[in-house]
Amino acid sequence: MAPPTPLPILRLRAELLARTRAFFAARDVLEVETPMLSAAATTDPHLASFATQYSGPGSCHGQPFYLHTSPEFPMKRLLAAGSGCIYQIARVFRDGEAGRRHNPEFTLLEWYRVGFDHHQLMAEAAELASVLLADRVPLAKPEWRSYRELFTPLGLDPHRVTVAGLAACAERCGVPVPPGMPLEDTDPWLDLLLTHCIEPHLGQGRLCFVYDYPASQAALARLRPGDPPVGERFELYLNGIELANGFHELGDAVEQRRRFEAENAVRRAQGLPVMPIDENLLAALETGLPDCAGVALGFDRLVMLAAGRNSLAEVLAFPFEQA
Amino acid sequence: MAIYSTNEFKSGLKIMLDGDPYAVVENEFVKPGKGQAFNRVKVRNLKTGRVIERTFKSGDTVEGADVVDIELQYLYNDGEYWHFMDPQSFEQITADATAMGDSAKWLKEEAICQVTLWNGVPLSVAPPNFVIMTIVETDPGLRGDTSGGGGKPATLETGAVVRVPLFVQSGEVIKIDTRTGEYASRVKE
Repeated sequence: MAPPTPLPILRLRAELLARTRAFFAARDVLEVETPMLSAAATTDPHLASFATQYSGPGSCHGQPFYLHTSPEFPMKRLLAAGSGCIYQIARVFRDGEAGRRHNPEFTLLEWYRVGFDHHQLMAEAAELASVLLADRVPLAKPEWRSYRELFTPLGLDPHRVTVAGLAACAERCGVPVPPGMPLEDTDPWLDLLLTHCIEPHLGQGRLCFVYDYPASQAALARLRPGDPPVGERFELYLNGIELANGFHELGDAVEQRRRFEAENAVRRAQGLPVMPIDENLLAALETGLPDCAGVALGFDRLVMLAAGRNSLAEVLAFPFEQA
Repeated sequence: MAIYSTNEFKSGLKIMLDGDPYAVVENEFVKPGKGQAFNRVKVRNLKTGRVIERTFKSGDTVEGADVVDIELQYLYNDGEYWHFMDPQSFEQITADATAMGDSAKWLKEEAICQVTLWNGVPLSVAPPNFVIMTIVETDPGLRGDTSGGGGKPATLETGAVVRVPLFVQSGEVIKIDTRTGEYASRVKE
């Protein structure tokens, strides 16, 4: 029986994987593999980890383990241990995410560059994307826009706007406002406008990098003090599709623990499971993470764009519904 | 009534929004890199037929709409309401002009119709895809014209007017596709 995805697309995926490995080999970036299964998990309230149990030697009653949502924590432990620049092509898992552009199991290309800041890493991500897509997708010169600039056409400053201002903007733009939007937290409102009004237009025919996010959306990025302070985080878009997310990495163990605990507090308030914090990562940060930047790129989405397809199901050997 | 999570959204699901019943037409999951996930849906108002867009936070719930499609037999029209009967239970159900819409003109007694009920009351009535009717009035056509090219209007026994080929005459029985309102063929008695 023929696989649902045509063989030429599977060959394209293999070709892109080979080019990726050649790209990093030429730059002396080491390929690594880290555990998919971990006793700790992400605390990000917007990410849901698949949970399972281990029973056997060392654990007779079944110990909870989680499938990773990205290989970030163990890769940072390697960096702290002196690995130098590293990359990984990892299968990752996210519960609750299925659609045209989401598959609950997918391939992340994640890499870390010691001594880079997020701007240097964006430049390298642009080079890699060009190497992988150049002969298939016509690409104009990349563009670089701060998160703040994205909202200029909507007439608001995302760092200073209030919920009332965002609600008025949603109404002006004809965005249907979901029931139950929060009255204090501006981030879900910014996400609403971003997904409905801005993202679909980003990076039409060119790579578009968005950088310097509100401090509340810094995730694992370091903050750059200023007025307002911003998270040194970036995203890469092409043809309206988000391809990658990167950080100038936070190395401060105390601040990292504070963020994990704040995220778990949000989980508790929302009735979501509270996740075990990765103490191994925090211990590694305490010994010292080299100054570095890291980025995770959705490899299946890249294959989808290279193949000129519109859904992930068209480029996976067996999409989730047939897995 | 049932409560549905956005995770159960799919084309055809009937839900309540602002007090009206809707059917989900399209459902798209969108999520920014690190942030709130949404379901962007297109929904059709089952009373007006209008399609609108709505967005939900993923995982949120909405009330289901008690909407069912059943087959009913058309009985008669009393001047204001159209009366139908469930051929299994013999229960009688009446539909108003809003629910009937354009369908009334295609209904002859005993026709089996697809009726959409909301809380037991007809929201819409779909006639059979093909109906057979007698022409009560049409201009005499040209004898020998069999091309069906231009056509002419013909009034049917229910008052509906359809275009028929020139060779079709008053008193003849024809078959009509109610989805397009077009003449399909002559029917030999």
